[in-house]
Amino acid sequence: MMKSLLPQSQLRRSAAASSAARSSVGGAEGPAAASDSSAGGTKPTSSSTFWFLLHALCCLISLFLGFRFSRLLFFLLFSSSALYAASNTNNPSSASSASHVVVGRHGIRIRPWPHPDPVEVMRAHRIMDRVQEEQRRWYGVREPRHVLAVTPTYSRAFQALHLTGLLHSLRNVPYPLTWLVVEAGGVTNATAALLARSGLTVVHVPFPDRMPLDWAERHATENRMRLHALRVIRERKMDGVVVFADDSNVHSMELFDEAQKVQWMAAVSVGILAHTGAAEQPRLTEDDRKSMPLPVQGPACNASGQLAGWHTFNTLPFSGKTAAVVGEAAPVLPRGLEWAGFIINSRMLWKEAEGKPEWVKDLDAVGENGEEIENPLTLLNDASFVEPLGNCGKKILLWWLRVEARADSKFPAGWVIEPPLEVVIPAKRTPWPETTTEVSSEQLEGKQEQEDRRLSRTNRSARSRSTTTKRKGDVQN
Amino acid sequence: MAPMAGAKDGRHPVTALLVAACFSHLLFLPLAAAADAVEGRDAQRNTERISGSAGDVLEDNPVGKLKVFIYDLPSKYNKRLVTKDPRCLSHMFAAEIFMHRFLLSSAVRTVNPEEADWFYTPVYTTCDLTRAGLPLPFKSPRMMRSAIQFISKKWPFWNRTDGGDHFFVVPHDFAACFHYQEENAIARGILPLLRRATLVQTFGQKNHVCLKEGSITIPPFAPPQKMQAHLIPPDTARSIFVYFRGLFYDNGNDPEGGYYARGARASLWENFKNNALFDISTEHPATYYEDMQRSVFCLCPLGWAPWSPRLVEAVVFGCIPVIIADDIVLPFADAIPWDEIGVFVDEEDVPKLDSILTSIPIDDILRKQRLLANPSMKKAMLFPQPAQPRDAFHQILNGLARKLPHPESVYLQPGEKHLNWTAGPVGDLKPW
Repeated sequence: MMKSLLPQSQLRRSAAASSAARSSVGGAEGPAAASDSSAGGTKPTSSSTFWFLLHALCCLISLFLGFRFSRLLFFLLFSSSALYAASNTNNPSSASSASHVVVGRHGIRIRPWPHPDPVEVMRAHRIMDRVQEEQRRWYGVREPRHVLAVTPTYSRAFQALHLTGLLHSLRNVPYPLTWLVVEAGGVTNATAALLARSGLTVVHVPFPDRMPLDWAERHATENRMRLHALRVIRERKMDGVVVFADDSNVHSMELFDEAQKVQWMAAVSVGILAHTGAAEQPRLTEDDRKSMPLPVQGPACNASGQLAGWHTFNTLPFSGKTAAVVGEAAPVLPRGLEWAGFIINSRMLWKEAEGKPEWVKDLDAVGENGEEIENPLTLLNDASFVEPLGNCGKKILLWWLRVEARADSKFPAGWVIEPPLEVVIPAKRTPWPETTTEVSSEQLEGKQEQEDRRLSRTNRSARSRSTTTKRKGDVQN
Repeated sequence: MAPMAGAKDGRHPVTALLVAACFSHLLFLPLAAAADAVEGRDAQRNTERISGSAGDVLEDNPVGKLKVFIYDLPSKYNKRLVTKDPRCLSHMFAAEIFMHRFLLSSAVRTVNPEEADWFYTPVYTTCDLTRAGLPLPFKSPRMMRSAIQFISKKWPFWNRTDGGDHFFVVPHDFAACFHYQEENAIARGILPLLRRATLVQTFGQKNHVCLKEGSITIPPFAPPQKMQAHLIPPDTARSIFVYFRGLFYDNGNDPEGGYYARGARASLWENFKNNALFDISTEHPATYYEDMQRSVFCLCPLGWAPWSPRLVEAVVFGCIPVIIADDIVLPFADAIPWDEIGVFVDEEDVPKLDSILTSIPIDDILRKQRLLANPSMKKAMLFPQPAQPRDAFHQILNGLARKLPHPESVYLQPGEKHLNWTAGPVGDLKPW
């Protein structure tokens, strides 16, 4: 019968029709199919002949105009429903009486404006935020531990650059944080101002000695500064995890997440970026490059996830070509194991702590004779108890970098321009038309005034080039 | 009367065994409860036990509540088919094979048919695959018929009840209607010989010819190890709002559209292809399972048949299933409170899906996630090898146990006959 013929024949038809037109005439198929196939069985024969003739007519039209268009024509001529509304009642071929779900062709329902509604989008985002908050509550860190970031620093050209970057990283740490800044050469106003603007809880610790200009000595001084900070933690009985955040290093957020998992002392992988600023780079052959070990310092694990040893930075390719003095244009390399790759539970430093293991030396016993404290392992009696974190050292959680300007480079104190700027080059564009080279001093002064007003808002430089008048130090804030 | 008395007599020597089994069952429950309590303490805040009778039923242990006798059919009905085409073990209809294997080594199995409550016929009717891996149902009616003829001749139990205490696993698209096209399936109806038997099937739709009263709906087979291998840490933020991967139009079988999925999938595409909240496409990404774990809602619309393995995947990965299939009957519907766990959307409301999903109160969403996080929900949807307590195999046995004891009408009076062995299309009567 018609009803059973129709689906089969349509299924056998190749997909000549484009899918673009499909949706728009989806609604059309509804009434067309209904009218075509409802002929079976229940209507009188004259009606069925009529529909058969109509179907034949449609077939003829589709021969000439294409299948899609014949349907469209039929739809436009006979249907009164809206183009995008659905009509889903079709051949009642479902055998069951009570079901309203019928087999056969259904219209494809499309609403008139199928685009997102901004209010609903906002609601969806609020839902997702809430879901993520619950996820953190269920699966995330239960009791977040305090983070104690230890940073040795000193006043120099690159200090503001490094400290600004570091303070932004620390501001993003989602755990309660205290920043212990140890400054060589005593506390300076510039550093204090920078730290005050950070909005973090800062403990600004002065260190009496000045920072030396030689890299090896600077390294040793930094170690002593860090030890000094650890003593401060011990005295004040500060509780939390100690992260060694050197000011020129860059830290990822996962570092602080992993730090929460420390039991007593942990090691993480550090990417070492030996800064090669010079044009002379050590030429490496392809074999060299392949066989060169990764520039990573970190724990090495055996198959069962236990600490098996240490992976350190290979300094051989750089031998003889490293910087000796701070600010020299040559690569700066780490020495041995860097402190940055270790994380300590502050209770390990206390005099008395519950559960403090025996393989930890008492802090007072370390460095008292002025001996070198190369790395945190000297704080331990037995280095095999260090926990490897960051997927057993597979994930690099921070990068070590030393970038400094020459020690004698000038920079404005506190990066505030005082005294006001000198005009080095007069502005070429002025509102006045081009004058001759012979200009009177009054006109020049007038020009200067205009330039001054345009140059700066707070500081007005008033030093003019004319020799007759001199106005110096004319500052208006 | 005689057959029934015979059946009852057989139970007396076994009563002691049953009592012992009951005690072991009682012992098992507190252990299970203790295990649950430990689980509960750890995951106290993030899972919620399905409370009420539904939750208890999920945790039932069927051992001791029923006995199943497995007919020993020649291997041409089961093992040989698997040897010929091992793909049958990994497609979504593999439940019939794994159910057989589970029952063979299960504690509910009995080798004494006189004491059995249920009889199982291991015939793999869906294991006839095309080159592309799709099952052909054309020989299935003959295979089933041949198996039933075999068991009715060799053992007296079929004729005793005309199949009333027998159950069959028929996981194909439209179950025992044995066809993949709905109109043909409806025209055929359920195989006449299976009219009195209990059918364990994946297809479920209310008031449909192919869903018999008293059938047990089960989830389609989804490979548990594969899903386990793709788990990501649970604290990975769920940042996709709605997720779906699959066809919207079936250009091969339904070129003009409107037949496939009753137009619902096409409607989804046309309305939401430009909506950034809906991550829907026809691609086959390698991170399909991982993406589901990063989504809040996973769409489970109907295809050619209303059921799909997406429901199982959504439950296992903690993504709230959005079921778009009118009148669908979901797996273990009498044990799992699906409307508390999933979101049901009528096919005619698909254009308003974004409004519907964003207007669900946040507390409901969180509650659904807690219910989904409950491991007993996930266990009930899977067919692990080897079987574990409270998995889908055990839920099937629970369903069978709940139908016991058999009503009087199951056992035939002498001279009473219900089945018409010559009914159905002529092609079905040919021997297999």
